[in-house]
Amino acid sequence: MSATVTIESALSLKDLRKSFGPTEIIRGTNLEVKRGERHAVIGPNGAGKTTLFNLISGRFPITSGEIYLNGTRIDELAPQEINRRGLSRSFQITSIFHRMTVFENIRCALLWSTGYRYSFWSPLWAQKALNEQAERLLDELNLLERRDLQAGLLSYAEQRALEIGITIAGGATVILLDEPTAGMSHSETEYAVALIKRVTEGKTLVMVEHDMHVVFGLADTISVVVYGEVIATGKPEEIRANRAVQEAYLGALTE
Amino acid sequence: MMDATVTTKATPGATTGLTSATSSRQLTLWIVLLLLAACLPWMVYDWNTGRHSGFVLTMLSQMGMMIIFALSYNMLMGQAGLLSFGHAVFFGLGGYCTIHLLNAAEKGGLPVPIELMPILAGLSGLGFGIAFGYMAAKQRATAFAMITMGIGELIGTVAIMFHHFFGGEGGVSANRMIEKSLFGVSYAAPVEVFYLILVWTLIAALCMLFLTRTPLGAMANATRDNFERAQFMGYDPRRVRFLQFALSGMFAGIGGGLYAITYEIVTFDAVASALSANVVLMTYIGGATIFYGPILGAAVITLMQSVLSLYSNSWLIYVGVMFIGMVTFAPSGLAGMIEAHGPIARAGRLRRLIVPYLRISIPAIALLLGFVGLVELLGFLTIGQAQGKKLVLFGNKIDVRATMPWAVTTALLVIGAAWLRVELRGFIRVWGDITADLKLRSV
Repeated sequence: MSATVTIESALSLKDLRKSFGPTEIIRGTNLEVKRGERHAVIGPNGAGKTTLFNLISGRFPITSGEIYLNGTRIDELAPQEINRRGLSRSFQITSIFHRMTVFENIRCALLWSTGYRYSFWSPLWAQKALNEQAERLLDELNLLERRDLQAGLLSYAEQRALEIGITIAGGATVILLDEPTAGMSHSETEYAVALIKRVTEGKTLVMVEHDMHVVFGLADTISVVVYGEVIATGKPEEIRANRAVQEAYLGALTE
Repeated sequence: MMDATVTTKATPGATTGLTSATSSRQLTLWIVLLLLAACLPWMVYDWNTGRHSGFVLTMLSQMGMMIIFALSYNMLMGQAGLLSFGHAVFFGLGGYCTIHLLNAAEKGGLPVPIELMPILAGLSGLGFGIAFGYMAAKQRATAFAMITMGIGELIGTVAIMFHHFFGGEGGVSANRMIEKSLFGVSYAAPVEVFYLILVWTLIAALCMLFLTRTPLGAMANATRDNFERAQFMGYDPRRVRFLQFALSGMFAGIGGGLYAITYEIVTFDAVASALSANVVLMTYIGGATIFYGPILGAAVITLMQSVLSLYSNSWLIYVGVMFIGMVTFAPSGLAGMIEAHGPIARAGRLRRLIVPYLRISIPAIALLLGFVGLVELLGFLTIGQAQGKKLVLFGNKIDVRATMPWAVTTALLVIGAAWLRVELRGFIRVWGDITADLKLRSV
């Protein structure tokens, strides 16, 4: 454990770098996410936001630098080990179990944190507490009516809601959401934002998002990533007023 | 009220979500089938000679062990999405181990009754499953398939090279009458062995069904659908695959153990790649997405192997064509075809399908007759004639040199195919109407 890591940080990146072949995508990123913060990562296409998530969650190995989760170094761990330490993520392209029912999706997401591990001797139908917990969560997601439907048959917005449910089910304290409202209509987006607010209450939230209404509506801190570097971090109003940010990003979006 | 359950329920293959009414009806059906299987030897009992039909008993016994084998294979293919080309390894090695155990038991060195021998066979399968799973389960998809194929070829070679354990090309034989039985049965008669197999098939099938409803079973489905998602839920997909692989090896071993007890000899064939391919066929034709699919597949293929092979040298061609047909037109297998009728039956609309089915069955039969006729004519031309036999097709002696039989079969094939295409279009339209109607009514 490094002495420079402050314990209030839920997540901290230190001079993080990632190259794909000769191309450096992440160029020395430093980022501190405080506990309980709702932190949005914004930036133009190809800035490296999703790559950043992939590095944090262990999906890709890093090239150099350090990543700390609640003060523990995680950059050399496998995704499942990072998840067990309390970090969970969603994907830009909906990532659920399409051929399983909605209920089974959520129940699977609960299995590790409820201690079942690789058990092949516990009949799932008899695990009352587990099944009730899954149903409660489905209720919270407004998906209880869809309980026994195959997840692949849900509407797009419902699938996104299910993925958020899967992401938070295991009780992770740090949640990474990659464009949770991408491809949604206006009313669906509003619903999703309310849902995210509700289910991530008291947790640390980091999200990549393109919709500025969502960003300014949800986040209390914003970081701007341009060409693999964080060029600014601050409160929404500070970011809105930041000259460099306007030039690099916001200006382009609002014409 | 019925309609509401139609589309809100998951499609077949899901491990939950069947209404209790249908599941209890299904249960009844399975119990009836089980009782039927138990009674079958007595339906073929010859009261004059006081013997069961050896042919039927052998076929039924073979079916039992193949059902276990195919179900164990589906733990990989259907449930974990792992395509293995070397599953016979576990079946065969389970068989070889059992033969040696039987020999040890006969000499008095092993105080295990014959009824419990399959447990030891399963443990040996588990052992090999752990050893080879350690090699194979790190990978998935193509790499996994290649490794299992390599393991299959490796053991196939080893089985011929190492005579001490495998007995070379002659195999190893044993005597199942080891005079140690829980129930005082000698297992001299094939019918006694049949009941032993029946009971073990039931036990193994129930255990495998149970496994699908445990955390490991659920996560096997999960890693099949989306291994990365499973990872980000705390699970190591490789560990899931490994455990599933090892357990699958265990059940295949039980199947192999019953094989050894039945035939009292195990040869190279039991580990060979032909059997590995066969189990893929059985599982796929039966339907990998539904638990009972492999049961159907194993029963149908064994039936074809035993019965069709009596009538035709070309039976393997029919199995092959059936496999290709299933892959192309019904990828969810026989069980998938049955399950597709579930929602329609529950809505009471099955009657509307009777006429469409009759209409496609006529050209389908013509096509089938034409195809079978041509295959048999060709087959006879190359093999049968040389043996100086006469070709008998559908009860008629046929001169393979004449034009007529060739013309008739070709016409049946071509006309049947063209006609079937037309009728199928109509069938698909009716089917689409019914399912669309069901969906509409449930919204």
